[in-house]
Amino acid sequence: MSVESSSGHTVIIGAGQAGVTTAEALRSGGYAGTITLLGDEPYGPYHRPPLSKAWLAGEITEGQLVMRAPEMLARKDISLRTSASVVAVDRDTRQVRLADGETLPYTGLVFATGCSPLTLPIPGADASNVLALRTRTDASRIADLMAACGESGAPVVVIGGGFIGLEVAATARKKGLRVTVLEAAPRLLGRVLAPVLSEWYAALHRRHGVDLVLDARIAAIETAAHQAVGVRLADGRHLPCGLVVLGVGVTANDQLAVAAGLACDRGIIVDACARTADTLIVAAGDCTARKLVDGTLLRLESVQNATEQAKSAAAALLGQNRPFTATPWFWSDQYDKKLQMAGLSGGADAWAVRGDLDSASFSVYHFQAGRLIAVDSINGAKDHLLARKLLEAGVSPAPTQASDPGFDLNTLLPMS
Amino acid sequence: MADITFVDAHGTSTTLDVPEGWSLMQAATANGVDGIIGECGGSCACATCHCYVDDSLMAVLAPAAANEIEMLENVAAERRPNSRLACQIKARAEMNGSTVTLPATQE
Repeated sequence: MSVESSSGHTVIIGAGQAGVTTAEALRSGGYAGTITLLGDEPYGPYHRPPLSKAWLAGEITEGQLVMRAPEMLARKDISLRTSASVVAVDRDTRQVRLADGETLPYTGLVFATGCSPLTLPIPGADASNVLALRTRTDASRIADLMAACGESGAPVVVIGGGFIGLEVAATARKKGLRVTVLEAAPRLLGRVLAPVLSEWYAALHRRHGVDLVLDARIAAIETAAHQAVGVRLADGRHLPCGLVVLGVGVTANDQLAVAAGLACDRGIIVDACARTADTLIVAAGDCTARKLVDGTLLRLESVQNATEQAKSAAAALLGQNRPFTATPWFWSDQYDKKLQMAGLSGGADAWAVRGDLDSASFSVYHFQAGRLIAVDSINGAKDHLLARKLLEAGVSPAPTQASDPGFDLNTLLPMS
Repeated sequence: MADITFVDAHGTSTTLDVPEGWSLMQAATANGVDGIIGECGGSCACATCHCYVDDSLMAVLAPAAANEIEMLENVAAERRPNSRLACQIKARAEMNGSTVTLPATQE
């Protein structure tokens, strides 16, 4: 695709963080063709991160969720279509087919289809007050049901002690609701956090009045008139509820790509530059599985991954190489605690804590075979930003240096 | 409500009537002001809503919290004494007539 060409038509499937960023990056990269941004939700682009927090808490209005005003997209000549669901991609004729039968020809195609929450294969999971949180519509329904719980005194049961589940639990407690969190694993956020931080989060939530059940085995969601009224555990315990929030993971929305014959493995497989095997097609954000140099696939669900891959995707469509190699980062807000994570902690075999776990701010350093691979900071943006620099530079403190607050980790950075 | 003027790096100025409690990042992105990204949605986690506040705004603003001060280290453009993150500035009537200037780059 040539930058100067104004005859091209790039179709972007998905109007979330990745889709919007790809569209804007195409324009800032000089692309002069037509850009059609297809969103299947009834709203224009909005910020998803506040959904589980400020939006659910009723602290912000619709306008405050807006990511890009319609006039800004119009000014950039990005044609947004809402409530537009794509049902098929035909790579032979280079066309996208919408649910209403309309077809759109493309000269470049972007999958920014995101992911969908998993459901639970247990009885009662289809009740109308059993909800996962992904969209603004989901969050609004959960907020309405939380309001009803507030009036009736019925508790909220959160299934899944991951980031979404814990953020929802924290918001529900802020609203004064009774909350139980059920986690199947022996600790919270076990796939990403060091054991010491999992315990710290368990204590944090219990201190805020959450009834936390680890190693939870759920037998069924009990219903009456299609409404969940309680959750029954395998050990016989019965937890009454007025709302069940599911936070049990997500699955990449790669069905369209699979049907179009693109390689997928729990996500659309892309290289570091967000390319698929089809030179006209790129993919960005939650829907992707990035192939690393060693051949393993990396799935990340984060704002940073969406924006970085989107910029790579736009560059790829413009014939440029812009590999996404930045250190992954992520955050989660629960109560008055902000967790900021840098790097990927999978495979860690040793940890060091910098600062006091009982203090306002501390960080946990993850090591693998003596090498620093990730840092999780609580209310410690300074540590977090320094961690990103250390990881970018490939510099490792010794665990004893990491845990010594008297040792200045800045001194390990190469001179700039 | 507070009338706040946003001046982007090209000198284009936009005055918005910002509702009480809205952050300046929210006001800018919801009204099509270029030059503010707000990648993290206002969580003070990305530093892509960097702005320079004028003296009158500085005079009525509470000092930045520790987290904001620390995240300001990560701004892409030059950090100045009047650098703030727009997502952490909530509009109040006393801010009426203030001006914020946006840097040339946020990332």
